[in-house]
Amino acid sequence: MSTKPDSIRKIESSRGRFEIKAGLLFSLRAFFGAESFLEVNTPVRIKAPAPEEYIEAVSSEDFFLRTSPELEMKRMLASGFEKIYQIGPCFRSGEYGRNHRTEFLMLEYYQAHADYMQLLSLTTRMLRFAASELLPDMTAFFRGNRINFNAPWEIISVRDAFANYAGISAEDAIRQELFDILLVEKIEPALRKDVPVVMKDYPAELASLSRLKADDGTLGERWELYIGGLEIANAFGELTAPAEQKARFKKSYEFRKSAKMKEYPEPQEFYDALVSGIPSSSGCAMGLDRLAMVFSDADDISQVILQ
Amino acid sequence: MYSPSDLRKGLKVEVDGQPWVISEFEFCKPGKGTALYRCRLKNMVSGVTMEKTYRPVDRIEVPNVEEHEMYYSYNEGEFYVFSNTETYEETRISKEFLGDKAYFLIEEALCKVLFFNGKPIDVTLPVFIEKKIVETDPGARGDTATNVLKPAKLDNGYEIQVPLFINEGDLVKIDTRTGQYSERVNKA
Repeated sequence: MSTKPDSIRKIESSRGRFEIKAGLLFSLRAFFGAESFLEVNTPVRIKAPAPEEYIEAVSSEDFFLRTSPELEMKRMLASGFEKIYQIGPCFRSGEYGRNHRTEFLMLEYYQAHADYMQLLSLTTRMLRFAASELLPDMTAFFRGNRINFNAPWEIISVRDAFANYAGISAEDAIRQELFDILLVEKIEPALRKDVPVVMKDYPAELASLSRLKADDGTLGERWELYIGGLEIANAFGELTAPAEQKARFKKSYEFRKSAKMKEYPEPQEFYDALVSGIPSSSGCAMGLDRLAMVFSDADDISQVILQ
Repeated sequence: MYSPSDLRKGLKVEVDGQPWVISEFEFCKPGKGTALYRCRLKNMVSGVTMEKTYRPVDRIEVPNVEEHEMYYSYNEGEFYVFSNTETYEETRISKEFLGDKAYFLIEEALCKVLFFNGKPIDVTLPVFIEKKIVETDPGARGDTATNVLKPAKLDNGYEIQVPLFINEGDLVKIDTRTGQYSERVNKA
C-alpha cells in the first residue's frame, strides 16, 4: 500500500500534463525565434503597476508584483526593440478558481508597426504551429469539446456577440452595468467550441489600453481569444498617444480611489517612454497555464500548476 | 453578512428570506472585467435550485440555521415530539412535514433536526432502523434468492419490498434514506 501523501501523488499524476506544458514552451520559443522575436526579461517586482479598474496587484515590501509586464515592455518598444516576447510569472491578488490562480504564467509579445489584426494572424500561425507539434490532427480535446486549430477561426465582433447571444446591445449592457455578467452567463457559453474564437472591437469604454479605431472612434482595437469557451489571450492595438494614455490612467486612478482600492504610484518611466515616442505597435498577453489546460485536457488549473 | 469571497460549496446562505445551500460554486473573471461569483443554490426547504451570480460589491445574508441532536420521544396524534439532547426542550413536528420518515421513527432514536429561524426544516434519521414484519405471504420453502421481492407490511402499516425468505415476525433493517429493505436481522 502506498503511504505517499495525496499532494505528492497529485504531482505524479500530472506528469503528462507538465510534459505537454514544457512542449508548449519549447514550440512557442521555437516559433518566436523563427519570426526573429527577441526573448526579454523585465523585473517581476515593479514600482508602479498599470492602474486597471478590476486588477489588483500583490504588494511586496514597497514594490508590487507585476500583474503583467506591459509597461516595462512598452518602454523597450520606445527604445527601438521592435519584436519582443516574454514568458514569466504574473500575480493578481484575490483571483482563485477553476481557471484562476493568483500566480500564473504569462506570455506577452509586442510587435512594432503591426496592427492588432496582423498580430492576430501571427497568433494564429503560432498556435497552429504549437498544435502541429503537440496535438494529433492539430485538434485538442478539452472539457468535452474537440477544437481544431487548423480550421478557420471564428471572428465575431463584440457588438454582434451581444446582439446575437445576449439579446441586448453591448452599449446598453455597459450602461446597465451588465456587460461582465452577460459575457459570462450568455456569451461565453454560446461561443463556438470546435474552433478558436476571437471576439474583437470592444466598445470604447472597455478599450482598456488599446487605441480607438481610426474609422470608428466608438470602438477600441482590442481582441480576446477564446478556446473551448475559455478566455486565453487579450490583445491591443496599443494606445501610444501620451495625452490620451495619461487621461485614461487618471480615470483609473480616480476609480480606484473612489472604490477604496489600493493606490499605486504613477509610472514615471513609462510616461518618459510615451513622451519620447512609442512606435505604433500591437501586443498580446496570453495565459500559458490555461493554454496548457487546453492542450492537455485539464479541467482545473491545479492540474498544470503546483498549487 | 457574507461577502462574495466567503462563498464556497456547501455554505448556507439566506436569499429572499429563504435558506439555501451552495451546491456549485465558480469564481469567474473576464480578463479586464470585474470578479464574478457564480453559484447554484439549493433551497433547504423545498429543494428547488436556482443560479445566482454575485459581484464583489454584493453582500449575502447569513441564515439563522442551527442543527440540533434530538431524540424522538413520542407521538401525539398528528404530531411527533422530539426532545433536545442537551436542553431537553421539546419540538413538535407534524406528520405531514415528516412524510414517509414518520414510519421510520423509533422511540429514543437519535435524529438531527435542522432549524431555520427557530422552525424545523429538516429531520435526518439514523441511517438504519430495525422494524418487525407483521404481514407477508410465505415464500417458497428453501428459496433464498435475494433478487426476487414480495410486499411486506411493518407494524405501522408501511409497505416495503422484501426478499422471499422473509417471514412474518422477522426483524429487518431498513435504510431510512431510501425507505428500502437492507437486510434481515438475526435474532439472538
